[in-house]
Amino acid sequence: MLTYISIIVTAIFVNNIVFAQFLGICPFLGVSKKLSSALGMGAAVTFVMAIATCVTWLIQHLILVPLQLAYMQTIVFILVIAALVQMLEIVIKKIAPVLYQALGVFLPLITTNCAVLGVAILVVQKGFNFGESLVYAVSTAIGFTLALAIFAGIREHLELMDVPDVMRGVPIALICAGILAMAFMGFSGITIG
Amino acid sequence: MNKLRIIYNGLVTENPTFVLLLGMCPTLGTTGSAMTGMSMGLATMGVLICSNAAISAIKSVVPDRVRIPAYIVVIATFVTLLQMFMQAYLPSLNESLGIFIPLIVVNCILLGRAEAYASKHSIVDSLLDGVGIGLGFTVALTLLGTIRELLGGGTIFSLRVFPETYGSLVFVLAPGAFIALGFLIAFINYIRKRSC
Repeated sequence: MLTYISIIVTAIFVNNIVFAQFLGICPFLGVSKKLSSALGMGAAVTFVMAIATCVTWLIQHLILVPLQLAYMQTIVFILVIAALVQMLEIVIKKIAPVLYQALGVFLPLITTNCAVLGVAILVVQKGFNFGESLVYAVSTAIGFTLALAIFAGIREHLELMDVPDVMRGVPIALICAGILAMAFMGFSGITIG
Repeated sequence: MNKLRIIYNGLVTENPTFVLLLGMCPTLGTTGSAMTGMSMGLATMGVLICSNAAISAIKSVVPDRVRIPAYIVVIATFVTLLQMFMQAYLPSLNESLGIFIPLIVVNCILLGRAEAYASKHSIVDSLLDGVGIGLGFTVALTLLGTIRELLGGGTIFSLRVFPETYGSLVFVLAPGAFIALGFLIAFINYIRKRSC
């Protein structure tokens, strides 16, 4: 139990995927202009990351390792994730049209979200078992959503500020992200277990 | 002259980091020092040149509807080759770049160039486009790495410029990556605005 709590706290706060590991920066900068779209993107990433990590973990341990094909990891994982995202899109469209309305636009963007592939590879590198991998994936995605939501809140206010001309848009957003990352560094003292 | 223009285009006009703002994750994640930044740039450039040339070569046989998965497989193949090469010959560098080597697969620069350039131009032109964009990326990463290493620890490529106690560690850590890149892009915007 303690390992799970430790994984959750570490993944959300201490080793936040955006601020400490630099994964998923593209959607972090791209979809953080409005709070509502940030939350939608966060939900879509949580959904895909949980399923993709489970599937790739099973593939790694049931197919690639027994057949000694571990070197094919990168190719197999990216193809599986791409196919999975496509399939999820079709399935959600059929089964839950309401959910599709909310997440639909974000799903195609997730294939090239390096956080999804990153987490799939990280859980293999860290040697997590299936349960730990799932918990790690979900809490990482929650950390991503948290970062995105906080940042969207800041950017909504930033729109109204009088920012120097050359700093408008991405530069000032990056600097704000830096200050936010500094705030998240405050969590780095936390150790559990 | 025309061939030189392709390289110039990638290096300056369409610089992937400063103008197109692509590939932000490795840009922030691997520029803790000038050396790692440059290595990451060169690794990406190697894959980009190979994938651009290969995709340009197969562009007429790949059906239009499955072109994106086909491009991803080509890119992933070259990334796997790079991974094996680095594990065999540059294990310490492989260690320090870590997860960012396999993540070259999802670097938007590669798929972007495949789709926007290599699928429409000849092999030689695509190769040169890979060189140009790759150089642009390498220069950007080396620049950011140099700035962070200098401000953070007072060294450039491990050569001491001023004593370490004057450095501010935050530039080597995560927040410094965001802040340094933010100011660098603002500075480049300023130069571009003045020149036109």
